[in-house]
Amino acid sequence: MGKLYDLLMKDYRLKEGLNACINCGTCTAICPAAEFYRYDPRRIVDIVQSQDEEEIEKLLKSDTIWYCGECMSCVTRCPRKNAAGLIIMSLRNLSIELGYFIESEKGRQQFLLTKDLCSNVLDYGYCVYPRRFDYEGHPEAGRVWEWEEKHLDDVFERLGGNLDGKGPGAMRRIPQEDLDQLKSIFDITGATARMEKVQAAGEKKAAELGMTMEEFIQMVYTTSDPKHLNH
Amino acid sequence: MIYEGKQKIWSDYQKDIPDDHYFYVRSCIRQSFFPASEATFLDITRNRLGKDIFETEHHTTCGGIAYHSDTIPQETVMTIIARQFALMAKNGYENYVCSCITSFGLYCETMETWREFPELEAKIRENLWKSCKLEFVKPKFLIHASDLIYKYRNQIAAQAVRKLVNVHTGEPLKVVEHIGCHYSKMFPSKGVGGAEYPYVLVGMIEAWGGEIVDYPERRHCCGFGFRQYFIKGNRGYSLSNTHKKFESMEPFKPDLIITNCPGCPYFLDRWQYVIAESTGKTYGQDGHGIPALTYEEVAGLVMGYDPWDLGLQTHQVGVEPLLDKMGVEYDPAKKYLGKGGKDLGMPFPCSCLK
Repeated sequence: MGKLYDLLMKDYRLKEGLNACINCGTCTAICPAAEFYRYDPRRIVDIVQSQDEEEIEKLLKSDTIWYCGECMSCVTRCPRKNAAGLIIMSLRNLSIELGYFIESEKGRQQFLLTKDLCSNVLDYGYCVYPRRFDYEGHPEAGRVWEWEEKHLDDVFERLGGNLDGKGPGAMRRIPQEDLDQLKSIFDITGATARMEKVQAAGEKKAAELGMTMEEFIQMVYTTSDPKHLNH
Repeated sequence: MIYEGKQKIWSDYQKDIPDDHYFYVRSCIRQSFFPASEATFLDITRNRLGKDIFETEHHTTCGGIAYHSDTIPQETVMTIIARQFALMAKNGYENYVCSCITSFGLYCETMETWREFPELEAKIRENLWKSCKLEFVKPKFLIHASDLIYKYRNQIAAQAVRKLVNVHTGEPLKVVEHIGCHYSKMFPSKGVGGAEYPYVLVGMIEAWGGEIVDYPERRHCCGFGFRQYFIKGNRGYSLSNTHKKFESMEPFKPDLIITNCPGCPYFLDRWQYVIAESTGKTYGQDGHGIPALTYEEVAGLVMGYDPWDLGLQTHQVGVEPLLDKMGVEYDPAKKYLGKGGKDLGMPFPCSCLK
């Protein structure tokens, strides 16, 4: 049994998600990601099950493990109760822990995702916060969101929300004591350390590429090589 | 759809849903994009049906979106969840109802993992005490908010002022139901009706007079995919999946889509706008789209709420054709007004989508 496989097996999601894959390919047939990307969850589960260290290392450094949308459609249909989606989550976790994620275009996106989503959680207590969801960065949100963004306080007031207000309600200001508890949870459970690790890896990669952090962030946010696509 | 077969499946997947006394937890996405839906849920349950639904300002995100974007460890999200459960107990409740499907799926996964691996539950119990000085407790009943509206569907029908019926033809409206993936794809027994043919929204449609559309890609994901939407370069994934669903449902000419997930009504609405503006293709009648509503918005329409109080003006796909079919009276001049009639202007018109 190899080292990477041992590390993977420490993850409860792998313990739950990998039973005995029979390589039938049902997961690939049902997978929304497999239609869009050159992606085959059957093959990934097979590699992990094979315990082939070299192949697992290639996976951890590849774009492949970042194609999944974690919809978990594969879980319902697997005739052997495997969960390819959970196996992917454990591979991603290890790829981040070992710093391999920064090697691939899709993996590198973790830099931006971690920065933005964790900031929202720690600063506001929400994963998504409307004042940080701008029309310019999300033009598909439509002209109606462009309008809402301009009148956010008024729209929330009209619709019974409580944007940044005291007490309960939609998008209330979560009290500082509760945000402090979230920070404490992040510190104790390894999320803060992960944020720092991902941040450092991003800064190092930007320097290697000779980019400023602004240029690096822009590249990570917008780049998608057509080689990823099925068509 | 072979109805008898579905009834057999539905009878195999029933769950206990207590009638009253819930600790309510909000959704990050629904608060941001559909605040009126959560307000309507609370108004219907508390004020129309007289139920005890408690909310505290101290609850937070469950961390589900950050977790499914692989930005925080499993132990982190489990400890945040344990904190939410502890707040429930601290306020004297044992029934937990959440507004978010991502949260619901994650709560189910967390509870199952704790059951299977008691040493992990012990670790989370310790984490919770160290970080928050709160006592670890698990809910007696874990329910999604759509489960509760399903439970009350006949009481809502009894208070209805209109049905999901075309008032001009007398025919039932054709309704697509779209269930969020994390409602029951991971744990079919946790959803009303299971994973393949969930009954939770079908039950509402039936009780309120509509007709269910059965189409090939009924169970296909809307395409959110967490990182596949948040990163701009990945959004083709999200758009492609929504496009696949609309191409599949188009021949059945749906009047309406009803959803129970935070992200799905956003994506099924906004990607219609993108498809229309970029290709000229629309899926409704005469250049209109197909309205994609939350179950609270549909319940509100049936119960006679004003469509602008329900927040239907914040959908990019115009809802007026649906309102006209249902015979809902509305004032177009009030659509984009703020509280007290404040003039907020109006959105820039779309070039293609009506």
